[in-house]
Amino acid sequence: MRCLVNEGVKTIFGYPGGAIMPIYDALYDFSDRVEHILVRHEQGAIHAAQGFARTSGDVGVVFATSGPGATNLITGLADAMIDSTPVVCVTGQVASHLLGTDAFQETDVIGISMPVTKWNIQVTKAEDIAGALAKAFYIARSGRPGPVLVDITKDAQFGEVDFTYTPCTGVRSYHPAPKVNDDLLKQAAALINAAEKPYLLVGQGIILSEAQAELEAFVDKSGIPVASTLLGLGAFSPDHNNYVGYLGMHGNYAPNVLTNSCDLLIAVGMRFDDRVTGDVSRYAKQAKVIHIDIDPAELNKIIQADVPIHADAKDALTRLTALVDQQAYPDWLAEFKALEAIEREKVVTDAIHPTSEQLKMAEVVNLLSEKTNGQAVVVTDVGQHQMIASRYYQYKGNRTNITSGGLGTMGFALPAAIGAKLGDPSKTVVAIIGDGGFQMTIQELGTILQFKIDIKILILNNNFLGMVRQWQQLFFDRRYSFTEIVNPDFITIAKGYAIDGKKINTREELDSSLDEMIASTGAYLLETVVEKEDNVFPMVPTGASVSEILLS
Amino acid sequence: MEETTFNLSIFTENSIGMLNRITIIFTRRHINIESITASECELPGIYRYTIVVKTSLEQVKKVVAQIEKLVEVLKAFYHRDDEVVYQEIALYKLATNSFANGGAETIVRDHYARILTIEKDFIIVEKTGQPEELTKLFHELDQYGVLEFVRSGRVAISKPMKTLESYLNELEITEFNH
Repeated sequence: MRCLVNEGVKTIFGYPGGAIMPIYDALYDFSDRVEHILVRHEQGAIHAAQGFARTSGDVGVVFATSGPGATNLITGLADAMIDSTPVVCVTGQVASHLLGTDAFQETDVIGISMPVTKWNIQVTKAEDIAGALAKAFYIARSGRPGPVLVDITKDAQFGEVDFTYTPCTGVRSYHPAPKVNDDLLKQAAALINAAEKPYLLVGQGIILSEAQAELEAFVDKSGIPVASTLLGLGAFSPDHNNYVGYLGMHGNYAPNVLTNSCDLLIAVGMRFDDRVTGDVSRYAKQAKVIHIDIDPAELNKIIQADVPIHADAKDALTRLTALVDQQAYPDWLAEFKALEAIEREKVVTDAIHPTSEQLKMAEVVNLLSEKTNGQAVVVTDVGQHQMIASRYYQYKGNRTNITSGGLGTMGFALPAAIGAKLGDPSKTVVAIIGDGGFQMTIQELGTILQFKIDIKILILNNNFLGMVRQWQQLFFDRRYSFTEIVNPDFITIAKGYAIDGKKINTREELDSSLDEMIASTGAYLLETVVEKEDNVFPMVPTGASVSEILLS
Repeated sequence: MEETTFNLSIFTENSIGMLNRITIIFTRRHINIESITASECELPGIYRYTIVVKTSLEQVKKVVAQIEKLVEVLKAFYHRDDEVVYQEIALYKLATNSFANGGAETIVRDHYARILTIEKDFIIVEKTGQPEELTKLFHELDQYGVLEFVRSGRVAISKPMKTLESYLNELEITEFNH
């Protein structure tokens, strides 16, 4: 416990059990300094820790017991791994003499979590705990952040040692802070200065390296149009004249189409996910590519870079800004604006100001965005509502976009919103969730009740597992195999957890209900019943090129 | 995609589970490991893995990058067969009476193999060489009945002269700069 206090840990998400009892016993004496949030399922603990890490920028900390406690963390570990979220999980383990004996609640957590952690370690001696935790925090937060698991046997937890804690400042075989190669930066600057249609793609790396100001300075000077990945939303102001939109399968029209028209692609802190690239063999083939990432394994992994730069985004952007010419590309930017107008006419206008009888997902999100001025922390789950939120919420605040990107974990939003609120209590936190995903971690309503977590839950209910239904409609001949879902009365359930709520069906109720939700004190659940068979467009179908994005 | 044999040399800290951490990187990408050996290298406490795989150049580059990403890996390299000197060792167990007429003995001499031990019932022959040499010896000895045959994984040393230590020094310099 003293190790954690030394690392500045003030919030822990966890669930006790037999093999972690000595740690919980010690926690009891620290309850004045450390807040422990008792979740209702370990998956809730790790998603909450992820939400906490994403809003606060600190490491999220999780306690869980051995066996099922630890295996319940795996989904969250995989999610944190692929979305580069710093989390330290401390799991209890059976006593060291019982390892490998199939003892009660024994599982090989180190083996199971190896592919989904940045690092993990089993500690069997009390004197090794402090060193292991110091290393765990250092590895989780440095370089490309990620989840770390420390498995501590029960006998080690009981052991008494003279306590000394030295924070870890380096590991000989691990080099998280790359030295930027100046020659490569000069090559990159030369390409940028010579380009006629340069195009900048930014990802979560900007947020993780806190390079928002450096990015803006670079764009202001270089004049290059900027598009964002899903996890990069919020890294660059959507109000900036050079912002051209959101990339990917359900992203904006212009930034996808014009990927195949630029002559230079500059990617910073993003990893060319397949949801961004579509068919790789037809992705930006005409362009030179500069790729800047802190993880060298991402360079040349999907897209061959002409200039691969292993660097921290902040460092690289600062130096690049000094090397590039002051430029503007009015004609090139106008190409984006022209396509943006087409998307507005064919998709956006009808989505946010529909004439249909039923509520549409996009109008709900759009109105929320206006009412919160893009400043709320918006936590989304996975599916249609997530893509709609990413398209129509204008993320203007720092660290306000919390979603499960790479793994696509349904059930992420509710617990992540709990952590997000604790990570940044000053902000309004809205969890936008579908009716399907809400029921995957619905038990965390109990956590909200017990710890009086002030989050707003906005359910977009279409009584379908909507994204799968959309695919069934488009690619499986409308064979809606097991995607229609019979839902409980969410308001009654919320009431059972002492959470105020309201269900609305009509457009007339939307405005005042959103006001009511935002103004409410404490947790609130607003269920909006939306059009059952609404689709998310634009869309890049699987196997298509980004420039073949469909508007309808 | 064209598949080539690559020899990976991986230098790691000596920690529990390292082998597992490395092998799951291959498993996840459906790459079969042809052979694997590990032992302490010239620097105390640092372990050297030699892994032989058949895959494409593009894939081996990505795999090496993923291996180097592991926290406890100091450095990883890949080389084609012509860039390394490599050997394997094989042991052959034959019945002692198969040497009675001198035929097996001639084969052992011709192949520059060694006799490790002679017992009342059996003789163990050892040969170091390249896989095809070891297999050739097996087939020739087998006319006298090889009772057991075992071959080690490959060990390989690259031809370029740069030492691991110089790589490590470079890395440590970067580390101290930050």
